[in-house]
Amino acid sequence: MRAVKIPISDKMIHSLKVGDPVSLSGVMITGRDTVHKWMSDTFIKKTRLPQGDDQAVYDAIKHLLESGVIYHCGPVVAGLGTGDYRFVAAGPTTSIREEPYQGEVMRHFHVKGVIGKGGMGNRTLAACKEVPGVYLHAIGGAASIIAQSVERVLGVYKLDFGVPEAMWVIEVKDFPVVVTMDAHGNSLHADVEARSKVVLDELLSKA
Amino acid sequence: MQDITDLILELVRLVSTDLPSDVESSIRRAVEQEEPGSAARGALETILKNIELSRGNSTPICQDTGTPIFYVHYPEGWSTRRLRQQIEAAVATATQRSYLRPNAVEALSGKNSGNNLGDLHFPTIHFEEVEGDVLTIDLLLKGGGCENVGAQYSLPHTALGAGRDLAGVRRVVLDAVHKAQGQGCAPGFLGVAVGGDRGSSYYASKEVLFQNLEDQNPDPKLAEMEKRLTEESNQLGIGPMGFGGKTTVLGTKITSMHRLPASFFVSVSYMCWAYRRRRMILQGNKVSYR
Repeated sequence: MRAVKIPISDKMIHSLKVGDPVSLSGVMITGRDTVHKWMSDTFIKKTRLPQGDDQAVYDAIKHLLESGVIYHCGPVVAGLGTGDYRFVAAGPTTSIREEPYQGEVMRHFHVKGVIGKGGMGNRTLAACKEVPGVYLHAIGGAASIIAQSVERVLGVYKLDFGVPEAMWVIEVKDFPVVVTMDAHGNSLHADVEARSKVVLDELLSKA
Repeated sequence: MQDITDLILELVRLVSTDLPSDVESSIRRAVEQEEPGSAARGALETILKNIELSRGNSTPICQDTGTPIFYVHYPEGWSTRRLRQQIEAAVATATQRSYLRPNAVEALSGKNSGNNLGDLHFPTIHFEEVEGDVLTIDLLLKGGGCENVGAQYSLPHTALGAGRDLAGVRRVVLDAVHKAQGQGCAPGFLGVAVGGDRGSSYYASKEVLFQNLEDQNPDPKLAEMEKRLTEESNQLGIGPMGFGGKTTVLGTKITSMHRLPASFFVSVSYMCWAYRRRRMILQGNKVSYR
């Protein structure tokens, strides 16, 4: 198990290889479907003008994402009534839905680590090489265990997106993940996909 | 009619925080199949620890508490209108208590209702009147990751060489498992429906997920195909989380239904390893959960 601190240096990123188990510590933010579309539309492709608190939120998250980590997660959060937030269940969501946006988000904010499940495609893999960055796979559904590695909820942006879609700023300690896409062009997901396709074709050749 | 809101709330809590024993046993058996020290085995060991932790702390096994799908079988005399109100009240309270994540989102505006109540389809409730005096409520929590990899095929399917027979069913189901890779939180469970129209076929592919894994399919041909599909899915080597490994599918259930002469649908509902389902049985004042 490699211990990795956030923010992550380029040197550390280059040293990480597909298959490495990693234990992450530091501050990261959650972001999934609505957040990625909002980032892309408002600040990267600029197809809509910033509205309401958009600009203030952008300024606040920019330094958190610089050499930082974004986590594809829609948590179950206690303390919604009091603002004394606590993560109750916080496993990863399926990452491939962010494939249209992830590469440009990584480049724009210099995001070094993307945590999720199920892996991502070629566009994200190209960004991992360029930025450089890695895709880190958490165990899907292991929500209670992962919530225990969230030591504190430091704040939340865009709660009006809804609890699962908001950007939660969290401090984690020993958050367990596995590198499944690295900065050297390797993807465990592409390998497993290709190998299983060969078996599928064999099986389909039988009656 | 008695108010059973609190009994339903307990059903929701149980389903979200504690897996049924047939499911947990099948995951425990799977761990032994994977190589010691492999990512696949590590994933399954983490999953088992998570199951125990969730049960002990009464916290959701998975943060995606999914679409709550209820099947209510009620004796004559119960009001489905009041049962619906009580189910909705239980769901809203369960959300407040963090047993459920607020998951009901208005389709186009993206507005989250905050309490898991949406329109007539959220939560999903099916009612069926039965003879006798026993009320049963089945609940399945099905998350979005596995729901997104579900698939429906119209046979014949030329590219897959799938004709209108059981051999064709096998081909399209294997294709669905391959396409899903690890996205549906493998190792998963397959609910397969053959026949019906597009709507009833998907409906039946979920209904079959309420069966116990130990139950035997009364049709020997389907029972054999269930076994074969599980084995062949595992040969694909996708493995837990798609990390590569021996365990991709832990069980398959097939049901068939009448269809139109012109249509031959095969629907596959993929259920993640967090196969959260329970039944509440109420007879008089006596309630049990299993």
